[in-house]
Amino acid sequence: MSEPKIIGFLCNWCSYRGADAAGMARMKYPPNVKIIRVPCSGRISPELVLRSLREGADGVMVLGCHIGDCHYATGNHRTAKRMPVLKKLLEYAGIDPERLHINWVSAAEGERFATVMKDFTEKISALPPFVETMR
Amino acid sequence: MSPDRKPQERVGVYVCHCGSNIAGVVDVADVGEWAGKELEPHGVVVARDYKFMCSSLGQELIAKDIKEQGLTRVVVAACSPHLHEPTFRTACSRAGLNPYLFEMANIREQDSWVTTDKLEATKKAKALIAAAVGRVVHQQPLESLFVPVDPNVLVVGGGVTGIQAALEIANSGRHVYLVEREPSIGGHMAQFDKTFPTLDCSACILTPKMFDAGNHKNITMLTWSEVEKVEGHIGNFTVTIRKRARYIDESLCTGCGVCWEKCPKKVVDQVFEAGLGFRKAVYTPFPQAVPKYPVIDRENCTYFQKGTCKACETYCPAGAIKFDQQDEHLTAKVGNIILATGYDLFDSRKITNYGYGRLANVFSSLEFERMTNAAGPTMGRVVLRDGVTQPKSVAVIHCVGSRDKNYHNYCSAVCCMQSLKSAHLIKEKTGGDVYQFYIDMRTPAKTYDEFYQRIIREGVNMVRGKVAEITDTALEPGEEGKLVVQVEDTLIGRQRRIPVDMVVLSAGLEARHDAKEVAQRFGISCSADEWFIERHPKLDPVATMTDGVFVAGACQGPKDIPSSVAQGAAAAARVLSIIGQGQIEIEAATAIVDEVSCVGCKQCVPSCPYRAIEYLAVEGRAHVVEALCKGCGTCVGTCLSKSISLKHFTDDQIVAEVVGAMRVMKSFETTAVA
Repeated sequence: MSEPKIIGFLCNWCSYRGADAAGMARMKYPPNVKIIRVPCSGRISPELVLRSLREGADGVMVLGCHIGDCHYATGNHRTAKRMPVLKKLLEYAGIDPERLHINWVSAAEGERFATVMKDFTEKISALPPFVETMR
Repeated sequence: MSPDRKPQERVGVYVCHCGSNIAGVVDVADVGEWAGKELEPHGVVVARDYKFMCSSLGQELIAKDIKEQGLTRVVVAACSPHLHEPTFRTACSRAGLNPYLFEMANIREQDSWVTTDKLEATKKAKALIAAAVGRVVHQQPLESLFVPVDPNVLVVGGGVTGIQAALEIANSGRHVYLVEREPSIGGHMAQFDKTFPTLDCSACILTPKMFDAGNHKNITMLTWSEVEKVEGHIGNFTVTIRKRARYIDESLCTGCGVCWEKCPKKVVDQVFEAGLGFRKAVYTPFPQAVPKYPVIDRENCTYFQKGTCKACETYCPAGAIKFDQQDEHLTAKVGNIILATGYDLFDSRKITNYGYGRLANVFSSLEFERMTNAAGPTMGRVVLRDGVTQPKSVAVIHCVGSRDKNYHNYCSAVCCMQSLKSAHLIKEKTGGDVYQFYIDMRTPAKTYDEFYQRIIREGVNMVRGKVAEITDTALEPGEEGKLVVQVEDTLIGRQRRIPVDMVVLSAGLEARHDAKEVAQRFGISCSADEWFIERHPKLDPVATMTDGVFVAGACQGPKDIPSSVAQGAAAAARVLSIIGQGQIEIEAATAIVDEVSCVGCKQCVPSCPYRAIEYLAVEGRAHVVEALCKGCGTCVGTCLSKSISLKHFTDDQIVAEVVGAMRVMKSFETTAVA
């Protein structure tokens, strides 16, 4: 089994800083995730998730601020509504919805970030590579 | 989306060693060489690795290549963009390259520091650089927007920090709105008697500052008031302040005090007197209160509760009592905001084995402060709860609620010194035995440790150990009628039971109970312990991630008075430097609507958190008001016809980043198999 390839879309203000906080505390987590910084998790349109899968990602994460803590007040409210719908659509299209992970990580939660990374990498490792499931 | 087109751009890639921070884990020479070769088809013409890219020599390297190699795009693989993106943007800008044509790959915080396996870390660095290179060729030059800065400032919290900040700004000739929730400014410092380590009288040094703030021509002081709403952005905030009804006409009141003399209703003062003393239903918290006007406590006022009394109104010589006064809502326009909202004291009742609230002669540190204060409920006499008996022996317990995994893991920073100060005052006032129970003694500032040495010389008993229990159950003769402190003395390795008459609990500091709410209102973040988070713990300690909102004093973390005052002044300096610029650069990455493809479905309009999108009925399409847009991109994620794009975070750019990362990750897979 190959190492899973994961794309993580992280909001600039909370999750990305949470990822930095994990680094500053020298917490270790699997190198599988490649982080892409966006201003807000609300920026992530469903197409970006689908495109990541099409490009060969085995899993995609969308991480934002905790509800109520969004730097843009309500940007992540859209994420919270939009992404579960996308999960349903993935399922409808025969794609395991577990490949898309939505979570909230604050700028202070370095440890939580590392845990989320470990857990998701583990979960995706247990699945076959995405391209194989699409054959 | 066309991220795969052959780039015309000339990209320079710079891999930073960051000393050994990156180079100790990532094979930077290999990464640099790889980028020059493998990313050449993707536009890379120069790839170098260098010890410290952020140094002036590192920056010159970039500038030189921009000029000599004709670079049109720059990628620096180094630390987090939150640290050095501004540095490198400026470096590019100085060399004539638009700062938005620069991109950073975070190979330190998100790679070398979090990855153990060196080979994996090197691969990850390559993938992140490929992603950045993929993205950078799609980036477009942007021009920054400048907005004028309103020179008025809002300071929230009238403790010593807020007062300092307000005075610094007001003295420079700028106008300050100083908002305080309590009836008077002064904060916790007004409650203290002496301050460590100098033992100077707290009121003597604070009240002149309070008076200055209260009478300054450039300060609009709003006490008994709270900020309810904050709108806008740096340079131009609109804040709504609720000024609660005092039921006193401030234009008539002289602060003579007849009203509270005549008021028949006595109330335990839980706030200023920490529950140790009383006040009336109409009151000022303390005699030197600023402003001098009292407030009527509606919940305890006989007239408000029963409909009769009005003693204050009857006797007020100025006719200033106004029972029909209503809360007012004021709006203020300000360019910058300083939050100095302070701390709450840890509630020692939570540690039930210490008996606070159950055993009469266990006091909190704040109660003790009021007790030793000459203007306090006992006129400065150290006495037991009965109000008369002087204790012959007192235990002062450190780290109550701090450095305790059951409550707060952090050190509250002030309690060691405060406890030593208490020990000195008890010795001075009672001559009795004093015991200090501490885990570690922390006295790290100027002249603090000398104070500790002095207290030891004064004959205070130091017991190193965390107190397990305080009990009034006597087990041995000599313990009857006493409070017994059960502790493991870790210096002699033995359990001890020490009988005393009185116990003072040095409770820790914790974030305000409503800190999270306040943070949300002002658009900043809280740490796990709910302290406000600064922009950078070392290099930007009073700014926050929200431009124009600053934090100072204990709301950012436990702090003593000198540090709080320093931060108040620091925040004022930051604000004044912004005001001095006259205008401020704001993010150029705003959203824009494609007029042709927009079908006018209006989905984007409610998605915008800032109401920055308007629907143009005549043209039948949406329009983004650039000055209101903050660049979150939520509308872009919402738009069904892909008609809105967010500058600097376009679909092209994000997809190119994904494609770049995925291509490299996949290439490693194939090589591994082969």
